[in-house]
Amino acid sequence: MREVAVVGVGMTNFGISEKTQIEMFSEAAMEAITESNIEPRDIQALFLGNVLGDFEEGQMNMAPMCAADIGIPNIPATRFEGACASATVALRDAYMWVASGFYDMVLAGGTEKAMVMGTPMATRTFAMGSDSRYESFAGITFPGAFGMAAHLYSKKYGIPLEKLKEQMAMVSVKNHKNGVLNPKAQFRKEITVEKVLSGIVIADPLQLLDCCPFSDGAAALVFASADKAKDLTKKPIYIAGTGQGSAGPLHNQKDFTIVKSRVISSQQAYKQAGIGPEDIDVCELHDCFTIAEILAIEAMGFFEYGKGSQASEDGETALDGKIPINPSGGLKAKGHPIGATGAAQAYEIVKQLREECGERQVKGAKIGMTDTLGGDLATVCNIIFRR
Amino acid sequence: MEYKLTYEKYKEALIGGKFLGLKCNKCGAYTVPPKKVCLECTSEDMDIVEISGKGEIRTFTVIRVPPEGFEGPYIVGMVELDEGPWVMGNIVDLDPDKAGMDLIGKKVTTGHKVVKGDKFSAGDGVALAFSLQD
Ligand SMILES: [Zn+2]
Repeated sequence: MREVAVVGVGMTNFGISEKTQIEMFSEAAMEAITESNIEPRDIQALFLGNVLGDFEEGQMNMAPMCAADIGIPNIPATRFEGACASATVALRDAYMWVASGFYDMVLAGGTEKAMVMGTPMATRTFAMGSDSRYESFAGITFPGAFGMAAHLYSKKYGIPLEKLKEQMAMVSVKNHKNGVLNPKAQFRKEITVEKVLSGIVIADPLQLLDCCPFSDGAAALVFASADKAKDLTKKPIYIAGTGQGSAGPLHNQKDFTIVKSRVISSQQAYKQAGIGPEDIDVCELHDCFTIAEILAIEAMGFFEYGKGSQASEDGETALDGKIPINPSGGLKAKGHPIGATGAAQAYEIVKQLREECGERQVKGAKIGMTDTLGGDLATVCNIIFRR
Repeated sequence: MEYKLTYEKYKEALIGGKFLGLKCNKCGAYTVPPKKVCLECTSEDMDIVEISGKGEIRTFTVIRVPPEGFEGPYIVGMVELDEGPWVMGNIVDLDPDKAGMDLIGKKVTTGHKVVKGDKFSAGDGVALAFSLQD
């Protein structure tokens, strides 16, 4: 395998968009292509994350349409679906195809337009990530799965639920605080613990501000072989390691406070990079719910199992903390257009490692990591980037 | 080898009052809900057996913002069966507003409820329904 670098990135604003999924992707893609100092015709393949395009716009097989919209209708263009991890799964495959030598330059990213569905339909389609035969008929929802994780966590570690809910609220407060500093974020205002704890309950014990929003948006990256990258950009950001793990339906996972798919995935990525969690300077991870961030910082090895909620309370994940988590505002504040999320996380890490993040810059960051989760903890995909 | 305990067969049995699962002839483990192979050892040599339905609640949530087609609030829980596997279902016969952390560890028995399908669900389905043991 040869060295691969990201040579250009692009991203739309996240929130509500008037544009189609294809239009949003094209904006992000052309930004990434222009930044890479190449033309669309230099791209050899497209790897596209998209989850619910069929339901959102009645659009299946979106990848060839996206390629056509940026003037390269004849390249292999493929949609990747791993629920909310779709874009990272696409990015990882893009990386591997370039690393293998099969391609020299590929475009990867994702797009999603969830707002148009409205909450009942969006909740229905997001819940399609559960086992449709053996779980979905119980009416489980995505927040419901993480609500169950929060109760498990409280019980397992003997942290009274009221205490845990305060610590979870602090995750949301922190991510909103970071989001204020991100001009592309869906929510750019600070909130308080009191405000989180007074929100409507979505799925016990998760309240409104424990949950990320539905969002529209797109993001894209250009991957090139290291040889090519040196000629294209002064600031190539290299892929140091990747991993991907699965864990089947929720009922098979038993105690899902330890996210097995993530343990497997992150260990693969660390091993390939030849580093450990202590070497990561900045991380964008999957805070679809406040408890999800706590589970993630544990399974990725930043904190011991059962200590993630206390670490969050202690500010260890803040911009100036031991390991800055979600400087972009995370899914919570930046927004979560599910098919694009992993690419947006990679966009942030690349910008951080290039030191282009302004007020939310993690000073001197040299190694960054993304973490994206799909379905009921069924898919986790990690990428480690370095300068 | 033909799929031993299909969803259709599992569902019809459950509606008829029988909660079926698979028991491995090689390692003795139970696989519930059914799969093609034993969850523990991947053997296909399993027998269809009736599951006791007895178990303990491991966790739960109250769904207050339901998917299209459902009406909240209702309780979803994970139960660890006496046979070992965890299964998901609804905790019934209990006011959702009274569901608290003390539910965890409570013993239950398992029944079922038929759930009306929508245009994406390939027909009606069935969910496990857990009742607290007295
Ligand atoms: Zn077995």
